[in-house]
Amino acid sequence: MWRNPLTGLPRRPPLPLERGEETPPALRAVRDLLLALVFTLGGLASAHAVSADAILAESPPKLLSAFGFFTDARTQAPADGVVPFALNTPLFSDYALKFRFVHVPAGQAASYDDAEAFEFPVGTALIKTFAFPADLRKPTENVRLIETRVLLRNATGWHASAYVWNEGQTDAELKIAGARVAIETVSPDGAPLAFTYAVPNKNQCKGCHAFNGEIVPLGPKARNLNGDFAYAGGAANQLAHWSAAGILAGAPEPSAAPAAPDWTDTSASVNDRARAWLDVNCAHCHRREGPASNSGLYLTYSEGDPVALGIRKRPVSAGRGAGDRAFDIDPGNPDGSILTYRVESTEAGIMMPELGRTQTDVRAVALLREWIEGLR
Amino acid sequence: MRTQLAATLFSLLAGVSSASLASAAEIAVEAGEGASERLIEALITVKPGDTVKIGPGLYELTEGLSLDVDDVRVVGAGAGQTVLSFKGQTGAGEGLLVTSDRVVLEDFAVEDSKGDGVKSKGSDQITFRNLSVTWSGGPKAENGAYGVYPVSSKNVLIDGVLVSGASDAGIYVGQSDNIVVRNSRAEYNVAGIEIENSTRADVHKNTVTHNTGGILVFDLPNLPVQGGHDIRVFDNDVVDNDTANFAPKGNIVAIVPKGMGIMVMANRNVHVFGNRLSGNGTTHVLINAYPNDYDDDNYMFVPRGVYVHGNTYGEGGGAPDGEVGKTISDVSGIPVPDIVWDGVTRIPEYFSWVAAQDKIYIDEAEGTTFANLKMISQMLLPWSTAPDTNISAYKGSLPEPAPVKLPQDGGA
Repeated sequence: MWRNPLTGLPRRPPLPLERGEETPPALRAVRDLLLALVFTLGGLASAHAVSADAILAESPPKLLSAFGFFTDARTQAPADGVVPFALNTPLFSDYALKFRFVHVPAGQAASYDDAEAFEFPVGTALIKTFAFPADLRKPTENVRLIETRVLLRNATGWHASAYVWNEGQTDAELKIAGARVAIETVSPDGAPLAFTYAVPNKNQCKGCHAFNGEIVPLGPKARNLNGDFAYAGGAANQLAHWSAAGILAGAPEPSAAPAAPDWTDTSASVNDRARAWLDVNCAHCHRREGPASNSGLYLTYSEGDPVALGIRKRPVSAGRGAGDRAFDIDPGNPDGSILTYRVESTEAGIMMPELGRTQTDVRAVALLREWIEGLR
Repeated sequence: MRTQLAATLFSLLAGVSSASLASAAEIAVEAGEGASERLIEALITVKPGDTVKIGPGLYELTEGLSLDVDDVRVVGAGAGQTVLSFKGQTGAGEGLLVTSDRVVLEDFAVEDSKGDGVKSKGSDQITFRNLSVTWSGGPKAENGAYGVYPVSSKNVLIDGVLVSGASDAGIYVGQSDNIVVRNSRAEYNVAGIEIENSTRADVHKNTVTHNTGGILVFDLPNLPVQGGHDIRVFDNDVVDNDTANFAPKGNIVAIVPKGMGIMVMANRNVHVFGNRLSGNGTTHVLINAYPNDYDDDNYMFVPRGVYVHGNTYGEGGGAPDGEVGKTISDVSGIPVPDIVWDGVTRIPEYFSWVAAQDKIYIDEAEGTTFANLKMISQMLLPWSTAPDTNISAYKGSLPEPAPVKLPQDGGA
C-alpha cells in the first residue's frame, strides 16, 4: 500500500475540496449537485483534454496549461488519460510533496522491463509536481505548488522541462534556466524551516535523467511501482492497474515482478531499505551507464560487486568530498565512510546528490548509518 | 570554399529549412543585470555550429553551468577579461560541465568553483584553450579537486591553460583516450598535471611549478577504464615543486610528497624525456607500484615498460617529504637520487624474468643519479639491504609511441 511518506496515511493526497468544513446541509446539497455537474461536463470535455500537439511539439509550450494534464490544476486533479502514480521509495527533494502522473497516448502502451524504466511510446508524458505545505507535519493543508516537471517523449527522444507555478496557483510558466523559490515551512520535527528551493534548468534535468548520454525517465521502474495506490475507484496494485488500463504491456503478475520496499517501512530489512534508498537517490548517476560512471561506484538495487558498491573502495576523484576518509563504505564504521559524509553535507562540492537538495535527509542518514554499522 | 558552396546548393535544392542548416550564429552574452541567467540559457538554447560569446566582465554564478550541445564554441574575451566566479555557488559538482562533442572552450577564466573547475564527461573532441582556472585563496584543502578535468573523453586538447590552487590535480585527464596537454602552466596545486587510467597522451611544453608533485602518470584499480598506456611526457619544465600537500586525506594524491617531479605509477609504456627538472626536494622522477591493497583481478599494480632518457636534472632530492619521502630516503639516503624506482616486481617475475617490453630503462647523461630501492611487492619493505645505484645496468630503450594526433588540431 502506498503511503504518504510524511503522514504515513495510506491514501492519495486529498484535494482541498475534501477538507472538513462547516457547510449547512442544504448548501452542501446544492454544492454537490453543482460539483457533479461540473465534473460531468469536465469529464466530457476532458476526453480530449491532453494535447498531443503540445507533447510532440519541437519546443515545449510556455504555459503548463497548454498540455491539458489537469482538469483542475490547483488541486492537481488529472484529466482523462492521465494516471496518478507513486513510487515505493521516492527521491528526497528537500521534503517536497510530489504528485506524479503518466499519460500514454490512447491505444498505446509502455513495454514492461524487469530492471529499467519501462519503454514508453512516442507521445508519452511523465508529469511531476513539487509542492510544499505550510507545515510539513500537515501535508494536506495549505499546500503551495512550486513547480511541475515534465518528461515528454517525441520522435527524437525524451525532453525535460520545468514549469514554475504563479502566485495565484492558476498556471505554471516554462523556465529553461531554472529558478529559485523561497520556501518557508515547518520541518517534520516542528522547527521553522526556511530555504531556497532550486528549480532545475534544462541541462540539470539531464544531470540525473541520463543513460549513456540520453535523457531517460527514472521513476517508472517495475520494482518501484510494484505497490498499491489508492485510486479514485479503490486501492490497487499499480502494475496491475497500468496493465488493466492498457498503458503497460508485457507485465507479469505483481507477485512475479521485482519490488523494492518503501525505505521507511521498518518491516523490511535494513539492507533492502538502504539499498532502495541508494537506488533511487544515487544510482541514476552512480551506475555503469550514468553520469558518474567514471567514479566506479555503482549503487543500483541489484549491484552485486561489493567494491563497486563502495565497500572498502577508495575514492578516485572525490576531492574534498572524501572528508579525509579512506573508503566510500568502511564496513561497521559509518563515521569513517565517505558515503555518510557526503549524504550528510549540504555544501556544494561535498554533498551528494550534487543536485536537487539543499537540506539533509536526516532520517535517510540514520538508516544509512545503521546499514553501514551492520556491514562486515 | 567548394564544399561550402556545394553544401549551400544542396540545402537549396533539397529545400531543407534554413533552421536546420543555418549558418553558425553568435550568441552574445554581456555582463550586467541577469547575466548569470542569460549565460545559463545561452548554453542550453545554443544550436550546433553556434558560438556563445561571453563579453568581458565578472559573472557571479550561484549555479554550475553546463553544455550538452555538439559543435559549440564558448569563447570569452580573454582569461583576464571574462571571469566566471563561482564564489557563491550553491549547487553542482563543478563550475562548467560539458557533456557534448566537438566543443571548444576558449579565452575565459573560472574562479573559486566549489567542486571541480571545468569538466567534460564523455566528450569526443573537447578543447580547453587559453583558460584560467584558479582558486583565489591560494592552495587550500577546501578548494575544488580538479581545475581542468576531462574524464571518459576522447580526443582531448588542453592548450595554454593556467591552473592554480586545485586540491587534487590542476590538469587532470582521467579514463580518456588520445590526449594532448601542452603550453600550459600548473602551479600551487597538489598535482600539477595528472594523466590517470588514460591511453595515448602527449604532455609537452608545459611549466609545472610550485605544486606538491609536478606531473603524475597513474593507473588505479576498480575503475571502468584502466590499463593506461602509451604516454609521452617530454620537453616540460618541472621545477621547484615545493608546496606542502594539501589534499584531503583518502585521495590518492594525498600520498604524493612535496617535491615530487614526475611520478609514474602502475602504467604501461611511459616515455619521459627531454624534460628539465630542478628544485624538486623529494626526487625528480619516481617510478613505483600502486602502494595500497585493492580487490581487482583486472588491475596491474606495477609499472610496465618505462623509458626515462635525455632529461636534465638540477638540484633536488635534498628534502624528502612525508611518508613516501621517508620510505625512499631510508633506503637511498639523502640527497635522494634524481631517479628512483621502487623496484617492485610481481612475484612470478621475481623468480623468473621480466619481458623486455615490461622493463624499466634509464638512459641519462653522465652524472645522473639513480636508485632501485628493491622493494617487495606492496610491503614497502626492502628485500635487499642496499639499493642498486648502478644506472648503467638499466640502459636500453623502448620504441616510442607515435605522436598523438587530434582531429580538432589538424590531425587525422
